[in-house]
Amino acid sequence: MADTPLPSSLTVELSLVSRTFGRRRAVDDVDLSLHAGDCLALFGPNGAGKTTLLRLIAGLLKPTSGSVRVCGHSLRDDAAARAHVGLISHQSMLYRALSARENVEFAASLYGVPDPRGAAVRALERMRILDRADAPVRALSRGLQQRVSIARAIVHEPSVVLLDEPYTGLDAAGGAALTEMLRLLRSSGASLILVTHNVEEGLAVASHAAVMLDGRIARHDDCATLDPPIYAGEYRELVLRGIDQEMSLDIGVSA
Amino acid sequence: MSEARAPSTVGAAWLVARKDLAIEFRTRTAFFSALVFAVLALCIFYFAWDESIIAPAQRAPGVLWVVLAFSALLGLQRSFGIEEHDRGIDALLVSPISREAIYLGKAIGNLLFLCAIQLITIPALALFYNLPVGRPLLVVTGIVLLAMIGIVAIGTLFSAMAVNTRLAELLLPMLSLPFFVPILMNAAQATTRVLADRPLAESWPWLKILLAFDIVFVVACTLAFPFTLEE
Repeated sequence: MADTPLPSSLTVELSLVSRTFGRRRAVDDVDLSLHAGDCLALFGPNGAGKTTLLRLIAGLLKPTSGSVRVCGHSLRDDAAARAHVGLISHQSMLYRALSARENVEFAASLYGVPDPRGAAVRALERMRILDRADAPVRALSRGLQQRVSIARAIVHEPSVVLLDEPYTGLDAAGGAALTEMLRLLRSSGASLILVTHNVEEGLAVASHAAVMLDGRIARHDDCATLDPPIYAGEYRELVLRGIDQEMSLDIGVSA
Repeated sequence: MSEARAPSTVGAAWLVARKDLAIEFRTRTAFFSALVFAVLALCIFYFAWDESIIAPAQRAPGVLWVVLAFSALLGLQRSFGIEEHDRGIDALLVSPISREAIYLGKAIGNLLFLCAIQLITIPALALFYNLPVGRPLLVVTGIVLLAMIGIVAIGTLFSAMAVNTRLAELLLPMLSLPFFVPILMNAAQATTRVLADRPLAESWPWLKILLAFDIVFVVACTLAFPFTLEE
């Protein structure tokens, strides 16, 4: 399970972060901190606010209240500090007309990586897709596109990697390559936030686990104290209870 | 992290522009649609008027600027469309380049794209409307370039604003065209005088206003662009 984390230094720090869309509170007073080498597996039902939380950390969204700091910087105010972050999102964030290599090379150039072409080749190799490097992205399957997308996100060796359902569409080999890469990133001192619906997959690489319900962190655990099968059962129960509670509130019955 | 150093604003803008042009070079969809429109419009305008009433050379300035404005809109439409498909824009926004660099990159890409269209449209215009080849046509090309800067500055900003809406195709011309008016008006006035073989000094006041609009639009749109990206 968890690898030995490197000596602690705060990489992600969220202080009472909230984000509302109209009247809906998607993220509600979230406090969270991660140290170098930490990996937080974030679980929760659809609409719990997990993706919004990742977008807040990545600097793509502005918090309605509270503060988000990555490696001591606010990403929205400090462009250079964004080089610390790698984001893997629901969408591939790739250009379909360009080849896999061109996409990753373009990302490397944006981050000012020396020898972007070499870095792109190495990143694609890590994701075991170098043999399709010159194929246009539109010609690749969903799973292969996901591998390219992951290569794009890690090509600049970020200190904080945000992963939103990264296992989606990956076959066994792709999943194994990703798990291996996440372990490697952790051991090199990167902090990871992994949003997934698969508890076993999440706990396989995580040092911490959290459950998000209705915009709030409903539970936060240290993985060293967790037994994956028991945690998976407890997690499902928590999520179902949260959904039941929400449905009861919706129809005006006290839960 | 490696010894990476984010590119400068100009460097990043060039990276974005190069990427956009590479995508357009592969797909060629916007290029061909804008080009076909431009050439077709030139033909239609040529046959729509009675030559014995208005000479083709006198119609040319008006035709040029109508064709140019609408073919530009076709090109500008795709500018942020290519970012939306798989949210490539998010990859740009989380990278260490500034928002201004994204805007300038998009604008440079659009400008080069429109220049490529004009490379075919202007000779076609000269051919259809029997324009004097040589110095007047060179000056007209310069005026077109000057006007394109303003058109691209406005169009790129509104393309970013419109792309997330359901009526993007309708919204872009609706927002952009009123702002194109001062550019087109001055450019058309200068073109008319140049093609009538009048001294360049007569066109100069119009060109100065055109230049002033270019500067205002480029600066204002670069500063306004980061606000269009807020969710």
